[in-house]
Amino acid sequence: MRIPCPWCGERDAGEFVYGGDAGLRRPADDAPMQDWVDYVFYRDNPRGAHREHWQHVQGCRAWIVVERDTLTHAVTGSRPASEVAAETGGAA
Amino acid sequence: MTHYSVFSLVRNALRGPQAWSPAWREPEPKSEYEVVIVGAGGHGLATAYYLAKEHGITDVAVVEKGWLGGGNTGRNTTIVRSNYLLEGNAHFYELSLKLWEDLSRDLNYNVMFSQRGVLNLAHSDTQMDAFRRRGNAMRLNGIDAELLDRAAVRAMVPELNFDDARFPIYGGLLQPRGGTARHDAVAWGYARGADSRGVDIIQNCEVTGIRREGGRVTGVETSRGFIGAKKVGLAVAGNSSRLAAMAGLRLPIESHVLQAFVSEALKPTIDTVVTFGAHHFYISQSDKGSLVFGGDLDGYNSYAQRGNLPLVEDVITAGLALFPNLSRVKLLRHWGGVMDMSMDGSPIIGKLPLEGLYLNGGWCYGGFKATPGSGWVFAHTIAHDRPHRLNEAFSLERFASGAVLDEKGAGPVPGHH
Repeated sequence: MRIPCPWCGERDAGEFVYGGDAGLRRPADDAPMQDWVDYVFYRDNPRGAHREHWQHVQGCRAWIVVERDTLTHAVTGSRPASEVAAETGGAA
Repeated sequence: MTHYSVFSLVRNALRGPQAWSPAWREPEPKSEYEVVIVGAGGHGLATAYYLAKEHGITDVAVVEKGWLGGGNTGRNTTIVRSNYLLEGNAHFYELSLKLWEDLSRDLNYNVMFSQRGVLNLAHSDTQMDAFRRRGNAMRLNGIDAELLDRAAVRAMVPELNFDDARFPIYGGLLQPRGGTARHDAVAWGYARGADSRGVDIIQNCEVTGIRREGGRVTGVETSRGFIGAKKVGLAVAGNSSRLAAMAGLRLPIESHVLQAFVSEALKPTIDTVVTFGAHHFYISQSDKGSLVFGGDLDGYNSYAQRGNLPLVEDVITAGLALFPNLSRVKLLRHWGGVMDMSMDGSPIIGKLPLEGLYLNGGWCYGGFKATPGSGWVFAHTIAHDRPHRLNEAFSLERFASGAVLDEKGAGPVPGHH
């Protein structure tokens, strides 16, 4: 599996570590408990397109949001996580 | 059903292979059942078997999208043990181990359960302390455990690297009653036992939807039409999230791929199950002589049933650190299975927040050893519409209440258990 880093280009997946579902949004500190339970524990876990965090630990060390298919492992794109976060206020 | 015995073996050996009758029927699905179990793996078939045997509920169908035992039941490394620390886990896995000990006789089917012991190696003083604690907890719960020092480990498994290991062996925790079993035979034995009690096993029948009316389940949509059911039990670990989504539910689960490996056949060399304490690696030798081993998850969400090469290298590196004498052994096959990785590393067996719908999943990569116990408590849960004492701790509600069962203390990161 190869992952395109927005800064370093296409690199072997072994250079990255996985950070999980990028669609999670941290609730407000005083949000209802159920929102926190959902955030900490519950996942959509789709079979197919998945937006997920990876960190290029053996490269630029940046966090990125990768679009990958969980059934075929095909990677279709990536963006800097900071850019995504700036647009959405946290979630991808 | 033909009773298998030495007499039937001799009789049919003389009459030729056509003398054997099929071990289970291939029925057409009826329009409605009292209980439909989704997933004809070990857990689903065991559930159907115990529903019929322990609770007298025989109007049961087990529906399976592929062939029975073709998922993780046929893909695991066949290790059976009950060496758990936490109260909620220990008694459940011990029930399972006790069922294993009598399973071949109970099913009249040889599941080749071999109590060759499971040896967890320790590689530091800290780890020896942790194993001492775990062993004591097990013994207090009535489960067998023996703490071995370095010399005792060496006497038991002399092929281990005692000379120049990067992580020297300090000792180990042995569960003598642990061991291995023939994974396919478990599915086949339960299938035959359930079928002979009237359960319909329907293969090549994929569930595509869960029909509900007024907050309760009424049946499942399948590739072979609608099948009505008063109760539906999901035993589809790897795909639990997908099935739950058909009922509009989310779960505290991520699906990850786990690889396993088998080598060419060797003369007997490892007569127990050995696990590496400084990395993630476990190995045993099958009765055919092949070394069966595995390690970590690939580490990312996946439904692919196949992994990537970096993990192959990682697992084999770990194996050779333990057993340098295996460096020239040829690999025969490797494959992947999809794991339900729950958020605390423990399974979920209980009711879902929809009347008549039950879940048995979240097995991470420890589901095989639990097969008999899992089927037994899941059957009880479905029959009585409430969990048995032994699976109360596995409820879905524990994630909201905070009573998580985090054996490893890894926190809510599913890939870390």
